[in-house]
Amino acid sequence: MIVYILKRLAIAVPTLLVLIIASFLLMHAAPGGPFTSERQVPPEVLANLNAKYGLDQPLWKQIATYLSNVVMHFDFGPSFTYKDRSVNDIIAQGFPVTLTYGSLSFIAAVLVGVSLGVTAAIKRNSWLDYFAVGISIGAQVLPNFVMAPILVLIFTLTLHWLPGGGWSFDDPRFWIMPVVALSTSYMASIARITRSSMLEVLNSNHIRTARAKGLPSRKIILRHALKPALLPVISYLGPAFVSMITGSVIVDVYFTTGGIGKSFVDSALNRDYAVMMGITILLGTLTILFNLVVDIIYGWIDPKIRY
Amino acid sequence: MVIDQSKMASLAEATSREDVAGRSLWADARRRFFHNKAAIFGLGLLIFVVLFALFGNWIAAWNNSDIDYNVMGDVTLSGPSFANGHYFGVDDLGRDLFARTVQGTQISLLVGVIGSLIAVVVGTVYGAVSGYFGGRVDGFMMRLVDILLAIPYMFVLILLLVIYGRSIGMLFVGVGLISWLEMSRIVRGQTLTLKNREYVEAARAIGVPALTIIRRHILPNLVGVVVVFATLLVPLMILTESFISFLGLGVQEPQTSLGALISEGAGTMNYGTLWQLAFPLFFFIITLFGFYFVGDGLRDALDPKER
Repeated sequence: MIVYILKRLAIAVPTLLVLIIASFLLMHAAPGGPFTSERQVPPEVLANLNAKYGLDQPLWKQIATYLSNVVMHFDFGPSFTYKDRSVNDIIAQGFPVTLTYGSLSFIAAVLVGVSLGVTAAIKRNSWLDYFAVGISIGAQVLPNFVMAPILVLIFTLTLHWLPGGGWSFDDPRFWIMPVVALSTSYMASIARITRSSMLEVLNSNHIRTARAKGLPSRKIILRHALKPALLPVISYLGPAFVSMITGSVIVDVYFTTGGIGKSFVDSALNRDYAVMMGITILLGTLTILFNLVVDIIYGWIDPKIRY
Repeated sequence: MVIDQSKMASLAEATSREDVAGRSLWADARRRFFHNKAAIFGLGLLIFVVLFALFGNWIAAWNNSDIDYNVMGDVTLSGPSFANGHYFGVDDLGRDLFARTVQGTQISLLVGVIGSLIAVVVGTVYGAVSGYFGGRVDGFMMRLVDILLAIPYMFVLILLLVIYGRSIGMLFVGVGLISWLEMSRIVRGQTLTLKNREYVEAARAIGVPALTIIRRHILPNLVGVVVVFATLLVPLMILTESFISFLGLGVQEPQTSLGALISEGAGTMNYGTLWQLAFPLFFFIITLFGFYFVGDGLRDALDPKER
């Protein structure tokens, strides 16, 4: 088991380094420096600016400084566009919002998806099953950037029930639409995967044995069927988490939640490379960490996996 | 929105099974495909969308760049109408939405198909080489894929687009960079089982060079898996492109894509111009549905066991 974890770490750490170095090189290779888009400045001022931001150093030294700042101090440096703010300030402001509705969405997607899938599998060919299957097919073509306008159209413009944007940590009415928009398609995928793997497990020998010896079906499902049926779901959670993180960009922009995704898009439009890189690296790290956790959980639950 | 890996694995197994005497795998598959109602429905949708993209401009009464000043900015006039030739109404700049939707569908389809084609070429060759040579080469090549897969590509893609300019060419490059990874993994798995077959062994025994064996004996047997996966990749590529265009970071005016049109429609819908969202959304959804249904149908046709 420890060897397995170490092996996974051996992939995670270089991935992180590749991500940081690649985005740094991309930024460096960009035509024009970060200050060329502004009004013309005298060459002396430009040289000073470059010196201030460390851009006059050789490339390897810049990378080394950046790496050590990021890894040792979690310091992503100053923003290129907002002179008085550092990348850390921008992240610290938006990240709690994204994290809040992001985790809510994740929990909602897993809870609702798994229970929907399990119920659909148990009551196969009932109206509930058809409902679950219908939803999961429909939601496949309703990604968050389609869900968001539709939700606003229904709940804000027509029914006037929910605010169409903005964010408040105290008022859950602001949370509902971001969470629903972000989680629906994942909930549907989880429900579909759970249903099909549950059906497969319910037809397997050990369940038949459990039935034959007369266990109550509640016990069969909870004790014997659920654990093997959840394996494919767990392996889906990694990619789902990743695309939820990316999806939060849409939600932040569309619902103006003030989350980190809005800063990302703004920095992309402003060519504020420092902020873009900071957010890319932060979310990339989260992704890689989460994949690591999922891998470890998977190795722990699935006895068939080879360490 | 993630392609189900266990189903792909089962499909790989089914297409690599030794042929039983009688009807060939392909004749069997064709029969099953045409008996699958959902797949036929999906095929119908796809044919409709493709015809719309190819010949829509013949029906359109307006050019996609002309501005109709008579109806521009007037909600009561700019709606869908046969009288003035704007079958889908006009967008908020007064351009004919029918022609715009045709243009957007063309670009979206193009991005999807090209992204998928890149995946087919690069992913197949990479996976086949890695699987056939095995050992160290395989270990290195697949570790590289693992690392690349763990990178949150959406952010890197946006980084690329911002730094190197937002052009369709760049979009193709970016989408192509990521799309082949999963494909190479699946192809490698299939190659691993194929390379131990007697005919491959026989070819090796009489001294056929490795690359010829791959080309003549391995690649033709990969067709089933590759075709199914490529079909299922197209909607994912369209989604990726739409996601980026929704944020305003993808294709640029005067070109457009379904994602960009949906974004525009979502931005103006609270003025009562609902058709600006509805028509692009409709074509977006039926395109995705079409590809999913056809892809699923092909998979079921080639691998009848998995249901």
